[in-house]
Amino acid sequence: MSDHAVEHDYHIVNPSPWPLVGAVSAFVLTFGGVAYMAGLFGIPEGSPYLMILGFVGVLITMYGWWADVIREGKQGDHTPVVELGMRYGMVLFIMSEVMFFVAWFWMFFEGAMFIEIRGAGVWPPEGIETFNPWHLPLANTMVLLLSGTTVTWAHHALIEGKRKDAKIGLLLTVLLGMAFTTLQAIEYAEAGFSFSGNLYGATFFMATGFHGAHVIIGTIFLAVCLFRLMAGAFTPKHHFGFEAAAWYWHFVDVVWLFLFVFVYVVYAG
Amino acid sequence: MRKSRNWTVSSLLLPTDFKGYRMSDATHEEVHDHKPGFVARWLFSTNHKDIGTLYLIGGFLGGLVGAVLSWAMRLELAEPGLDIFASEQLFNVFITAHGLVMVFFFVMPVIIAGFGNWFVPLMIGAPDMAFPRMNNISFWLWFFALILIVLSLFVPGASGSNGFGGGWTAYPPLSSTAGHPGPSMDLAIFSLHLAGISSILGAINFITTILNMRAPGMNLHKMPLFAWSILVTAFLLLLSLPVLAGAITMLLTDRQFGTTFFDPSGGGDPVMFQHLFWFFGHPEVYIMILPAFGIISHVVSTFSRKPIFGYLGMAYAMIAIGFVGFIVWAHHMYTVGMPVDMKAYFVAATMVIAVPTGIKIFSWLATMWGGSLTFETPMLWALGLIFLFTVGGVTGVLLANAGMDIAVHDTYYVVAHFHYTLSLGAVFGIFAGFYYWFGKMTGYKYNEFLGKAHFWVTFVGVNVTFFPQHFLGLNAMPRRIPDYNDAYAYWNMVSSAGTALTVFGALLFVLVLVDAFVRKRKAEANPWGEGANTLEWTVSSPPPFHTFEKLPRVK
Ligand code: HEM
Ligand SMILES: [Cu+2]
Repeated sequence: MSDHAVEHDYHIVNPSPWPLVGAVSAFVLTFGGVAYMAGLFGIPEGSPYLMILGFVGVLITMYGWWADVIREGKQGDHTPVVELGMRYGMVLFIMSEVMFFVAWFWMFFEGAMFIEIRGAGVWPPEGIETFNPWHLPLANTMVLLLSGTTVTWAHHALIEGKRKDAKIGLLLTVLLGMAFTTLQAIEYAEAGFSFSGNLYGATFFMATGFHGAHVIIGTIFLAVCLFRLMAGAFTPKHHFGFEAAAWYWHFVDVVWLFLFVFVYVVYAG
Repeated sequence: MRKSRNWTVSSLLLPTDFKGYRMSDATHEEVHDHKPGFVARWLFSTNHKDIGTLYLIGGFLGGLVGAVLSWAMRLELAEPGLDIFASEQLFNVFITAHGLVMVFFFVMPVIIAGFGNWFVPLMIGAPDMAFPRMNNISFWLWFFALILIVLSLFVPGASGSNGFGGGWTAYPPLSSTAGHPGPSMDLAIFSLHLAGISSILGAINFITTILNMRAPGMNLHKMPLFAWSILVTAFLLLLSLPVLAGAITMLLTDRQFGTTFFDPSGGGDPVMFQHLFWFFGHPEVYIMILPAFGIISHVVSTFSRKPIFGYLGMAYAMIAIGFVGFIVWAHHMYTVGMPVDMKAYFVAATMVIAVPTGIKIFSWLATMWGGSLTFETPMLWALGLIFLFTVGGVTGVLLANAGMDIAVHDTYYVVAHFHYTLSLGAVFGIFAGFYYWFGKMTGYKYNEFLGKAHFWVTFVGVNVTFFPQHFLGLNAMPRRIPDYNDAYAYWNMVSSAGTALTVFGALLFVLVLVDAFVRKRKAEANPWGEGANTLEWTVSSPPPFHTFEKLPRVK
């Protein structure tokens, strides 16, 4: 921070088009989503184009916005106090994500623990064939736990300046993330119940599905970090983008442990 | 390094000589002396004051929409019979839109985002918010949420009619395809999603700003109470809104993808929606009132020319309210058939909230005690809030009792209760803040006489409107109906007459604005004197585009 009247280390961000572009895209996405699901203002039901357009807009916004953030970081705008702010921000974001999962778990527990009290049947409902937790789900648990260690390896390597180790650790993490998603897809394909028509399937797919979506997002986040690492980004002191991805990954990991224990083991009949 | 021109996608979208956006290439000297051009300043804003202004303008317009809807409702209710509405469903659509618009598109944007954006950074001596760009997407997401909710009024909802009419609480099965098969409800759901994302991002921004950017020397125990109130509010938003998002997402899949979360035919449970909704909904009522508490703490202290009585108690009372606010939600659901010991718990927990709330009321009174009081317009609104909120709080304690509540649930008694706390509590807080900071924000003085007239007409108007609703409720008049038994005619007429007076009050408010902006009387930096001692009074009115480039030091 040189040659100007500003005597503080905060980042005064320049005006940016991305918030508006992003919000317009979100609008097109949601409006298009309703049109797709239910038909709207003469747009026939089942027409996905608006929705896709909005989604592409969201992706472009994310790319452009974060590219700007990275550029600003390179310019030296991310002073220690600014970086501390980003840490607060990421922690708070993860806290809100935790509460998002509270909704799915609450719904699941309501079914699992109270369906009999409500006189609405038993849990798991008759005719529902649940998964054996000690097959694919256990394998997936191992995959995610292992990925938690590889990402920590990458982190320590980065701090110690061993960039090659960091790359290997991160690459392994990304591959494990993809392995998890693949195994989960196989499991879904074999499911003996569906999302619609019964509470078991609804709560199962909602909770594990949103988790799966978070795994995919986390994998992409880590993959972006890997590309940046290979392109020479990150220093032993300055690598918040990587840390944020790692925190997010641990969050996804912990959610899975709860899913495994309660959805797959305890309340699976 | 600083002047590098790395290629980004944004450089494709905007010409390189574009003034606003590529300012990072200019030297900081230039950046701070020039405001960006119009488009960059208002569409691409990253300035907390400008974004606050956008929220205030948008929020007051939202308030106008919500008010007009309510005037139509009171007109219908003035006499028994279906008089002005084409159908009962249309009336339901009006009350639903009124509730949603007032909560999400008036009170929240004005009191949290509007005043919060303007004054949290100023009060804590920060040059801006922690994430200025994210601040702007909060605004625009909120704006498009408003567009979605307005659009929802014009597309099919219940069969044969437009709009969603199931109440702002959106309970299934009214909000399921059984009640409202059309896309109106889906648009409303997405509107709440966008508004929710907007608020969560805003909450992250406020918390980070407050924790990370206080001026040197300002520890949390020296921080102004308005900043405290926004801090607690932001935590409530952060932790409650995702649960609402989950609830309405399940509602959406029930509607569109055949799931049965809230549908008993597939083992689901409609009462679960109520739990999830009120787990958000009760914190939400504190989200709306806590910032008002924060504002009037400053107003009362300023016009008593005394520091606030029991500052720390005031701050910790808000934390206590926020905390307990998370564990009382089912007091909205006493009639769903819950076990008696569960009722006992929720009764007890709810009544506990009266303790920290009482601490606040008595601390305001103690602040005034022995002070040299003057009664400028903001003080009148603050006193109005204290009086009216106390009335609403007292009826709240009464409603907290399950046995009592079962008798008056879904009657006009509840309507009276939450209007005393909300439309009189939160809204009086908004006006207290508005008059208190009007000069600071615009640089112009409002006319004291007009401001006071606005207060008195509104004060009388809302009391005449809402007080009789207690009597109607105790006599079991149900809420959310356009037509009623002749026995209720008298107090309904009185209530509607009160609304007419309130409309007149709203016109006076317009007059206040017109007068201030036409006459352009210059406001000084601190018009309120020694009592106003927070940092926003140390900068000019209006403040420069960038404030606190040299951080203030707090002893
Ligand atoms: C002393 C503190 C309070 C207590 C003990 C309390 C208690 C209650 C109870 C028990 C109900 C449910 C009544 C029913 O539906 O039968 C209720 C409804 C309501 N309260 Fe409060 N309350 C308090 C403060 C507030 C505040 C500060 C606000 C907002 C600023 C508020 C807004 C509402 C709203 C909007 C409803 C109605 C929701 C609906 O059913 O549509 N309350 N309150
Ligand atoms: Cu409540």
